[in-house]
Amino acid sequence: MAQVEYRHATRIYPGTSAPAVSALELEIQDGEFMVLVGPSGSGKSTALRMLAGLEAVDEGQIFIGDRDVTDVQPKDRDIAMVFQNYALYPHMTVAENIGFHLKIKKRPKAEIKQRVLEAAKLLDLEPYLDRKPARLSGGQRQRVAMGRAIVRQPQVFLMDEPLSNLDAKLRVATRTQIASLQRRLGVTTVYVTHDQVEAMTMGDRVAVLKDGILQQCDTPRALFDHPVNVFVAGFMGSPAMNLIELPVTEAGVSLSAAQIPLSPAQRAGVTGDKVTLGVRPEGWDIVSPAEGLVATVEVVEELGSDSYAYVTPKMEGFDDGRTIVVRAESGAHPPQKGEQIGLRPKTASVHLFDTTSGLRLSE
Amino acid sequence: MSVLASSGIVTASTFSDSASKLGNVIEVVAVFFAVILIIFFAAGRATGRLQRPLAILVFLGPAIVLLLIGLVIPAIRTFYLSLHGADLVGAKYVGLKNYTWAFTNPTEQQVLLNTLLWLIVAPVVSTALGLLIAVGVDRMKRQNLVKSLIFMPMAISFVGAGIIWKYVYDKAPDGLLTAIVTALGWKHPPLWILSHPLNNFLLMVIMIWIQTGFAMVVLSAAIKAVPDDIIEAARVDGAHGSRLFFSVQIPMIRSTLIVVLTTVMIATLKIFDIIKAVTGGNFGTNVLANDMWNQTFVQFNVGRGSALAVIIFVAVAPLLAYNIVQLRKERATR
Repeated sequence: MAQVEYRHATRIYPGTSAPAVSALELEIQDGEFMVLVGPSGSGKSTALRMLAGLEAVDEGQIFIGDRDVTDVQPKDRDIAMVFQNYALYPHMTVAENIGFHLKIKKRPKAEIKQRVLEAAKLLDLEPYLDRKPARLSGGQRQRVAMGRAIVRQPQVFLMDEPLSNLDAKLRVATRTQIASLQRRLGVTTVYVTHDQVEAMTMGDRVAVLKDGILQQCDTPRALFDHPVNVFVAGFMGSPAMNLIELPVTEAGVSLSAAQIPLSPAQRAGVTGDKVTLGVRPEGWDIVSPAEGLVATVEVVEELGSDSYAYVTPKMEGFDDGRTIVVRAESGAHPPQKGEQIGLRPKTASVHLFDTTSGLRLSE
Repeated sequence: MSVLASSGIVTASTFSDSASKLGNVIEVVAVFFAVILIIFFAAGRATGRLQRPLAILVFLGPAIVLLLIGLVIPAIRTFYLSLHGADLVGAKYVGLKNYTWAFTNPTEQQVLLNTLLWLIVAPVVSTALGLLIAVGVDRMKRQNLVKSLIFMPMAISFVGAGIIWKYVYDKAPDGLLTAIVTALGWKHPPLWILSHPLNNFLLMVIMIWIQTGFAMVVLSAAIKAVPDDIIEAARVDGAHGSRLFFSVQIPMIRSTLIVVLTTVMIATLKIFDIIKAVTGGNFGTNVLANDMWNQTFVQFNVGRGSALAVIIFVAVAPLLAYNIVQLRKERATR
C-alpha cells in the first residue's frame, strides 16, 4: 500500500498539439479511494493509463510511494488494473485468469491455488473457477476482472470505468460492492468514471477533470457544496445545477423580487458586468407567482419520493426553450403542467460565479 | 487474292478452329443461362403449396447437378477405376492390387516418404515464418509495403515459381545459388537438383516462398484482431516479450494458426506443378500428385493413377474436415 502522486504530469499524444493531460498535480493518500471524473475527452482515462505505465509521461513525474515510476515498465509498478471491457484472457479459465500474474511470478502451485481460491471466495466466483470467460455473464466477468486485480495484493488498484458495461441495476449493486471491498482491503484505489453519481457515491475524494486540466479535487460533499467554477458546478449533481447569467448592479444581483447582495470580496472577483447565479434544483422555494420569479411549468418528472419540474421563467435569455429544474419536495402539492409558479432561491443554496472567468465568487 | 489465301491456310485453319471452339463455349454458356432464366421465371410465377419446394429445387438444383457432374461422379469413377487394371476402358477387376503396389513398391515408397516430408516441413516452416514476419512487421511504419512484397509470390503460379527457381538452382554459370555460394568461397558446390535428399528440401523452399505470404497476411490480421486491452492487461499482469507472445497472443490466434497450417497442408498434398516444372519427379523428388499424373498420362496406367488419387483424397479429407471445424469455431468466438 502506498500513496500516489502526480507531479506536473503531462501527456501529449503524438500528432496533437493540445495535451490530453496537462500538468496534473494530484496527491492520493495511502488507502484512499480517489475517483477521476469528467466528460469524454477530459483526460481522466489517460491520467489513469499514465499511472499504469500504458501511456508515456511527456513531462513531469509520477510517484508510487517514494518511488519515481515515471519510466518504469507496467509490470514493475506493483499495480493492478481493471479494464472497462474486463480484458479477460478468453483462452484461460477463471482460475487461470485470476492466477496469471502469480504464474508469471513463478509462485508455487499450492500458493497460487490458495490465493486464487481466496479471491474467488471474496467475489462469489468459486463455482465458476473452471469456466472460460465466454460462458460467464457480464457481472461475473466483471468480478473475474476484479479478482485478477485483488489476487495480486498490489500497492494500487486502477479501475477504468469498470461498471460501464453492466446494466443499471447491477451497476448500483456492484458500485457498493467495490466501495466496501476497497474499504476492507484498504488498498489505494484510483477509479475513473464519467458518471458523476458513481463519483459522488464511491470516492473518498473526487478529482474533476476537463480538457486535460484538473478543475477541483475534494470530498464529494465539498465538491457539491463549494464548486470552484461553473464547470464543476454544472457537472456534479443530477439534475444539474441551474446556471443563470445576471447583470451586476449597485445592490448586487437581482432575480425578479429576490435581491442577492455581493460581499466586498465577491465584488472584487467580478471581472465583467455579469455574474452567473447557480441554484440547484433543491435550492428553490416555490412561492406564489407574485412573490418570486414567474415561471410556467413545462414538464413534471415524478420520481415517487420527489418530483422535478422543468419550468420556463419569464426573463431574458430563457426565450429559446431553456428551462430551470426545480425539485418539489414530497408531501407538498407538486406543481402541475401548465401552472404558473413563483421561484425564489434559498439564501443558503446560492452559488455565485464570475461569468467571464467562470470562477466561484467566494465570500 | 488466291495466293494470299493459300499462303494463309495453316494459320487460318487453326484460327478458325479455335474461334469456332470459343463460339461453341459461348453458345453453351448462353443456352445454360437462358434455360436457368426460363426456369427462374417460371418458378417465380408459382404460387400456393408448390411455391416453397419449387424454390428450393430451382435454387439448389443447378448447384447439385453441377456438383454431381464435376465432383461426385468423377470421385466415384476414380475409386472404381482404382480397383481395375491399366486400361481406361474394359480393364479387369484387380481388387486392391493397385493399393498394395502403391505401398510396397520401393519407388512408390520413396514417393510416399517424400510426400510425408513435404506435408510436415513445408506447412510448418511457412506458417512459422509467416507468423514471425507478421509479428515483426506488426508495429512497423511501412508494413503494407513489406507485406505486399512478401505476399507477391502468392500471385505467381506454381509452374512460374518452379521455372524461376530452376534458374536459381541451375548449375554454373547460370545458377544464382551456385554463384552465391561460389562467391562466398565454396569452390565446388554440388549440382543442387541432383543431390538427393537435399533436392527435396530445395523444392520445398519454393513452396514455402509462395505460402509464407499467405500465412503472414492471415496471421497478421489475426494478431491485429486481438484486443489491445487484453495485451495491456497482460503487460500489467507482468507478461512481456516471449511470455506475452506464447501465453497470450499465440493462444488467442490458435484457431487461425491451425486453419493456416491445414490450408497449406492441403495445398502441399496436392502439389505437383513445382515438381513437374523443376525436376519432373526425377532424382528422387517425386511426390504423390505428380506420380498420379505420371502413372495416368505418361505410363497410361489408369488403375494405378486412380489409386494414387484416392490416397491423396483420403489424406486430404480429414485435414479439410478439421479445417472447416476450426473455421466455424473461430467464427463462433468472434
